[in-house]
Amino acid sequence: MRTRVFLLLLIAVAIVVFFAARLVSNDYVFFAGYTVLQFVVLATAWNILGGYTGYVNFGSAAFFALGAYATVFMHKLYPLPLPLLIVIGAAVSGIVGLGMGYLTLRLRGAFFAIATLALAVVLQTLVVNWDFVGGSRGAYIIRPNEIALIGPYIQYLFLLMLALAVIALAIARGIERSQLGYGFATIRDDELAAEASGVPTLRLKLIATTLSGALMGMAGAPFPYYIGYLQPSSAFGLEYAVNSIAMPMIGGTTSWVGPLIGAILLGSLQQIATVTISSAVNLLIVGLLLVGFVIIAPNGIVGLVQGWIRGAK
Amino acid sequence: MGLSFDLLINAVIAGILLGGFYTAVTIGVSISFGILDIVNIAHPAFIILGSYIAYIVNARLGIDPIAVSIIMLPVFYLLGAGVYQVYYESFERRGQESLRGLSFFFGLLFVTEVMLILVFGVDYRYVEAPYIGPSWRLGVMDFPLRMLVPCITALALFAALELFLSYTFIGRAIAAVAQDQLALRLMGASPVRIKRIAFGISIATASVAGALLIIIQPVEPSVGREYIGRVFAICVLGGLGSLPGTVIGAMLLGILESFTATFYGPSWAPAVAFGVLLLTLAFRPAGLLGR
Amino acid sequence: MAGALLEVTGLSKRFGGFVALDGIDLNVAAGERVGLIGPNGSGKSTLVNCICGTLVNESGSVRFDGETVDGLLTHERTRRGMARSFQLPRPFTTLTVADNLRVPLLYTVNARPGHALSPSELDARCAELLQLVALADKARHLPRDLTQVEMRKLELARAMAAEPKLLIADESMAGLSQSEVDDIVGLLIRLNERGITIILIEHIMRAVMKFSQRLIVLVSGKKIADGVPDAVIRDPEVERAYLGQ
Repeated sequence: MRTRVFLLLLIAVAIVVFFAARLVSNDYVFFAGYTVLQFVVLATAWNILGGYTGYVNFGSAAFFALGAYATVFMHKLYPLPLPLLIVIGAAVSGIVGLGMGYLTLRLRGAFFAIATLALAVVLQTLVVNWDFVGGSRGAYIIRPNEIALIGPYIQYLFLLMLALAVIALAIARGIERSQLGYGFATIRDDELAAEASGVPTLRLKLIATTLSGALMGMAGAPFPYYIGYLQPSSAFGLEYAVNSIAMPMIGGTTSWVGPLIGAILLGSLQQIATVTISSAVNLLIVGLLLVGFVIIAPNGIVGLVQGWIRGAK
Repeated sequence: MGLSFDLLINAVIAGILLGGFYTAVTIGVSISFGILDIVNIAHPAFIILGSYIAYIVNARLGIDPIAVSIIMLPVFYLLGAGVYQVYYESFERRGQESLRGLSFFFGLLFVTEVMLILVFGVDYRYVEAPYIGPSWRLGVMDFPLRMLVPCITALALFAALELFLSYTFIGRAIAAVAQDQLALRLMGASPVRIKRIAFGISIATASVAGALLIIIQPVEPSVGREYIGRVFAICVLGGLGSLPGTVIGAMLLGILESFTATFYGPSWAPAVAFGVLLLTLAFRPAGLLGR
Repeated sequence: MAGALLEVTGLSKRFGGFVALDGIDLNVAAGERVGLIGPNGSGKSTLVNCICGTLVNESGSVRFDGETVDGLLTHERTRRGMARSFQLPRPFTTLTVADNLRVPLLYTVNARPGHALSPSELDARCAELLQLVALADKARHLPRDLTQVEMRKLELARAMAAEPKLLIADESMAGLSQSEVDDIVGLLIRLNERGITIILIEHIMRAVMKFSQRLIVLVSGKKIADGVPDAVIRDPEVERAYLGQ
């Protein structure tokens, strides 16, 4: 299936999902759905770097929060429409991803991973100390109640996140089928042999880091409008770091389907768990699942399914 | 800035004392990462675990936290050996260290933090001991005992480990396993067993480091994450595989952080470690004393 | 040697205190078939790594095809016409055998100015290479399904796929049977007849003697002999250092 056809199919599915959600009379569907879709974007973004090239990013929260705080910053300066803020969020996070990659990607993957962890802590420190965006007190974003053509504002946010999910999935699948996808896979499999075969590994890794960061920033940009009151502890929250990794690892890292499955499954599970149990227990379950899958089923759900199919043949 | 001599000299002293403590925090990773090449980013989680154990025993039974940590050494050692066994079976043997191994340790880090939140909540916990509070004054120089005692303990720990690695058979085997596994096998030692012992020792140091941590500052579950950057910054700065390098790196970072805290405010301290790490990786990845 | 394809001058490489290569001088003319031999640990693979840019040498210089390549990354050297196979095969484990060959075609051959292959040409080249190393029936398999011998052939085929001017084959024949060794030697000679300069690093003396027009001997990081194969193996120093073992 050509990527163009795939994209049209995704858009069609997205439209169906949106109108189906409107049929449900409870706005909660949109709030919960927004979170799940946000994870689809984050998981897909993480996987472009982690799954395709094998370089692990532990600081997804940092890129996500950068997008959110870019929005807060712009909001205090000069109000802009959300789609534009999304582009700005993508640009900011993309540039930071590029910069960090440039400094650390020439070394081992382990150093890159550690650097991403440290980046998250440092960015949080910077934001906590920066009063213009609210510092540790947090920042309020007053979101409008309604928007023309659609109705309740949350539906607009849901629609935007749906669009971002479509974009992220289309990009991921497009890469998989392209020359770039081959290049990424060789970096993951054997970077030395890749270089010897003519693959410009540093350049490709930088592309992956920038793209991954930009997509995460995109996911973060509408967040202040969704949540209304943004604190560093929620933007840099634990759930973003662990979910961005757990969802692709559990879903399966070798294809675009894995993060999607992981995000929908785990995202929905967590929505249910947060309401019924506590949010801390729910994160614990995600963490345990991550450790369990990494040990027992390293290729995730996609890998398990592929194994069953091959075994059944 | 109004640079007074008092302020300056006490910032240096605080930095050195802090650096001593950082040695204890990092020495475990010098073994697991520097020598065994295992990226155990969950090390700070074990340290925090040590802190909380010291807290419980100290609160219930009034025993000195450092004493608690020494009693707990064998438990932490066994924990480390167990974790290594899982790591070896699941990843090292299958040759899939990088992505999966990192995710495994990240998962451990995360699960530990969340479990501590569930059991203890997010309140800060602290211990009580006779040396927390008073300071030893020498002219204008101020040596808070709650920093001095951990510093001395840490350096003693370092000395003990350095002696162990240089003069005992197992210690030298550990240093050897990093360089030549075949030779080790020919000598009749099993590399896996040696690595397991080494990793066990590395986690055992976390027990002591945890006690020292909660003496120096109150602890809550997310404190561990601040230390990941510090620990690896020190390892890289000092040079991977060199224990003396760890001490030097720790001192340097301690002094840098102390100066930053004194002259710019303590909330900037976590950023220092990251800056150091990035600069070192960018300009001198082998570190100061690296192999 | 004027106009040599590969000129290595004074190349030295240390690992900490250990000197792996000590001032190596080496020239290879276009179209030559050079054999490189030496005991294990003598620095042969280190030399290859330094020539190709996988390792950075402390001193000395490498010139390829009239151009100094010092400081160039490995993939840039590959694109300029250097290719190597690895001593221990390093296939791309998640790609099929055919796709393994597609990578150098996409990233090396297609990256050269004026050379872009169309998708059908690419497929044809892939098939041709697979035929050459008798792996055509394993095209859609993953490398883990291959035997050791087949993996070495894949390793060689991948280097060939980059359409190099200079091919460095690093111990491609370990573990092969006599007839398989002869096959590979024949294949390399045919490649050479097409104009590809080849450096063969091997322990199997039969293959080396059959293949080489010139023989270089490396012992403990130093070049101790460089000349006509028959003369080199009779050199007493070579006998003492290597052949006598």
